[in-house]
Order: sequence, then C-alpha cells, then structure tokens
Amino acid sequence: MTTLIAKLRMVGGALLIVTLATFSCPAIAQQETSVNPTAQSVKEDQLLNELGTIRGLGSIPDIRSYTIEQPAGRDWRHFHEVTLRWIGSVAIVGILALLIIFYLWRGMVRIEGGRSGVRIVRFNVFERSVHWMTATCFVILAISGLNITFGKPLLLPLIGPGAFSPWSQFAKYAHYYLSFPFTLGVILIFLMWIAGNIPTAADIDWLKRGGGMVGRDHPPGGRFNAGQKAIYWIVVLGGGAVAVSGYILMFPFYGTDVHSMQIAEVVHAIVAVLFVAAMLGHIYIGTIGMEGAFEAMGSGTVDANWAKEHHSLWVDQEMGRTGSNTTPRQPAPRAAE
Amino acid sequence: MARMKFLCDADRCIECNACVTACKNEHEVPWGMNRRRVVTINDGKPGERSVSMACMHCTDAPCQAVCPVDCFYTTADGVVLHSKDLCIGCGYCFYACPFGAPQYPRVGNFGSRGKMDKCTYCAGGPEADNSNEEYEKYGTNRLAEGKLPLCAEMCSTKSLLAGDGEIIAQIYKERVMRRGYGSGAWGWKTAYRETITS
Repeated sequence: MTTLIAKLRMVGGALLIVTLATFSCPAIAQQETSVNPTAQSVKEDQLLNELGTIRGLGSIPDIRSYTIEQPAGRDWRHFHEVTLRWIGSVAIVGILALLIIFYLWRGMVRIEGGRSGVRIVRFNVFERSVHWMTATCFVILAISGLNITFGKPLLLPLIGPGAFSPWSQFAKYAHYYLSFPFTLGVILIFLMWIAGNIPTAADIDWLKRGGGMVGRDHPPGGRFNAGQKAIYWIVVLGGGAVAVSGYILMFPFYGTDVHSMQIAEVVHAIVAVLFVAAMLGHIYIGTIGMEGAFEAMGSGTVDANWAKEHHSLWVDQEMGRTGSNTTPRQPAPRAAE
Repeated sequence: MARMKFLCDADRCIECNACVTACKNEHEVPWGMNRRRVVTINDGKPGERSVSMACMHCTDAPCQAVCPVDCFYTTADGVVLHSKDLCIGCGYCFYACPFGAPQYPRVGNFGSRGKMDKCTYCAGGPEADNSNEEYEKYGTNRLAEGKLPLCAEMCSTKSLLAGDGEIIAQIYKERVMRRGYGSGAWGWKTAYRETITS
C-alpha cells in the first residue's frame, strides 16, 4: 500500500514538472526575444560622444584605472607638441629680438647727471638674498623646464639620447626640488615689497611718458616705478600660477585626475614661457640696459643721481626721512662693492 | 608584416580578470601597477558591459609624440615599446594616453614617478630578446618566441583578441554578423582611427 502511494506521488510529481515545464517554456522564450541586447548594451561611440570620457568600475583598488578612455589626451598632445612650441618660440625669440633692436637703437641708458658719488641704500642684505635666491632658482627652473619642451628638437640631436636622458633626469629633479626655495622666494618677494608696489596715479603719468627706458625724460617714480611694479606683479602672479600648477603636477592624483593635470600643464607651460620672456626683459634692464641699475641688487646701494632720475618720489621721501631722523641713511656709510 | 592590435569583444567579456592576473604573473608586474585591467560600464544595470583595457599600441602613438626624451619606438609589427633606460619618469605619456596605460612606480618623496611601465604586447623592450635584462625591465618576450600576448591567449571566452589587425577585425565582424549585435571595437577609433563596421 505504502509503495503504491509512493509510486503515485512520483508519477504525480513528474506530471507536475512536465506541466510546469510546458507552460513555462514559451514564457521564457518570449522573454528572450523581447530583450534586444544590441539596444540594451552600452556603446563606445555613444558614450564618447555624450561624455568625452568613458568610466566604469573595476575590481582593483586603483580607481584611476576605472577610466578606460579619454581621447582628450590627443588635444593635450597637440598643445604640447605644436601650440606650446609656437607660443614659447615667439615669446622668447621675440623678446630677445626686441631687446637686441632696442639696445642697438637706444644703447645703455646712461645716468644723465653723471655719477654724484653719493650712495643711497636701496636694498638691504635680506632683500638682496631673497632676490638672488629666487633668481638662481628661476634660471635653473627655466632651463630645466625649457628642456622638457625644446630639448627634444634642439638638444637631443646634438648630444644624443645617451647624454640627453641623464641630463633630463637630472633637470627633472632640479626642477622638482628647486621649486620649494623658488616658491618661498616668491612669497617673500610678495610680502617684503608689496608696500611699494600698489599702483598709484603717478604710474599712469610714468607709463604715458614712456618711463626711463623708452622715453627720453624722467617721469617721477616712487620706490618702484610703474615698470618695476609690472615686474613685481608678473613675479608674484606668474610665480604663484607656476607654483600652484607645478605642485598639482608634482603631486599626481592628490585630488586631481588626468584631465585636471592636462589643464595644469597647459597653464604651467604658458605662464612659464611668458614668465621667461618677461624675465629676459628684466635681466636686460638690470644689466646692459641701464647704467647704475645693477648696483641696486649688487651692492645694495645706488648713486643718488640714478635714484633721482628714476625714483624721484622715493628719493624725496628718503631725504625727508633722513632730515627728521637721527640716523642718516644717506650718504651710505660704506662704499659700493 | 602584421600590424598587431588588441580587440576586446565586450559582449563576450565576463569580467573574470584572468587577463589581468595572467599579465601580472607573466611579467612579474610589481605591486600597485597593472598593465591591463578590466572595467565594467553600467555595472549591475541592464546593458552592462565589461572591457579589458591596456595599451592599445596606437597608430601615431600620442605617448611617443609627447615624450620629451623620445624613449618610445614602434616595432615593425606596430607594437609601441619604450626604453626604461631613457625614460625620465616625467608623466607626460600618461597625460597624453587616451587609455591610461602608462604606470609609474612611486619612488622617493611625494608623487615622484619612477621609470614608466606599460603593456609591451608581450614583446619586451630594446634589449636582446629574452635576455635577463629584458625580462627584469619589461617581462617576457613572447612575441619573439612566436607567441601572442598571454592575456588574449588565455581569455576563456575569447573576448580579448590579439593578433594582426585585419584578422581579428574579421573575426569580430563575423561574430557580430552571427549574433546580430556588438557594442563596438572599444578604443579602435581613438587608437587606430578606424572602426569595424559590419
């Protein structure tokens, strides 16, 4: 009896399965045909057109690797290989050409009144140290930076890859490490000379009259005339921009992705080549462009006649201070170095 | 001469990551670096697809163009390789690469990059084929032994194809024809400036 019930159960169960299967099969078949894998799947073309970058999820901890395609690198490539080389060459070769033409036309701007023999302290030891620390770093940073952009077409064919790679490796490390004293220098320059570099009404007059270089007369200038103020703000703002964009590149993926690093590189490179061009002008005026100018950063003192011609307002101020002050600042107690 | 390419048929990829593991093991790729990885798009949603991605060995490779020390070269097979002796670890190839292929070991302070490492298409580097120096820097050189990249060779669903571009494009085309759909040859337009139309 029990075996009969068991057999019936088995038959019943089998029948149930068969019935279920026969009813469910068309349903499954129907579902399969209603799903269109082509329409449902993500398409590369569509994603690229919509987003420009294709991202997903991966199973390794490195979330950078979840970006699988970002064709923006090709635009960046064009910038780095073509646009930047043009901007850099035009800016740097252009300014050098201008300076040569200017020098041939104007020559060294002399102290009109001749040297008085009286010295005025212009920059103290601290100011000069900061200036030369920043300047030394700048020159090395500029050379190592230009090497990255112009080394391959200009230097590599001359010295070959065996010498060019170690040099570039060294230049890269110099660029990284000297960025710290350079940034410190820019911050100190900003703080110690900000007082004399706020634009004033006198600057407009100075600019209209072409300053002491282009113009033939000597418009009144404060401790820093409008031309020097321009250099100051180029150093502070340009230096700030290269420092910020440089540190973004130096610390990859600290809150950045590849796209922001591309932008940082564009900013860094453009500001840097313009900065180099501006500093070439600064170096020109500070050396062969103007008599008596280098001494300000060399020995720290300038001739009183030079100061009167280029910084009349400052001289008046200094004289006034000396008059009321018990410690005379002028003439300077020590001779020019 | 063959023009070697990769093609990932995303409609077949099951995200098993065997290609990633095979690559890391074959070439002793160090910790924290992956020459190949699998990325899933629309994970868990209808229409999800996984793509195995590595260096695509681009035609007119952007990394090669931007490298400031010119350390890249393209072999006769169209494989883009580089010299770790010349690389200075500047990171420019990473900015330019559309596929995020270049990897850098982190050396020294802050984010300082070491010599770049990337997929070699199992073709080593400039050193003598299968020499110790080559193995230490770039991993094995299977191509010199007449073998294809290991990732594609051992792909269980044959989703990842490696070989002559025309042949693998033909295989993909036939697959798309037979099954009636295909999500595209991922990266081909960007890497090779061409698409596979079927």
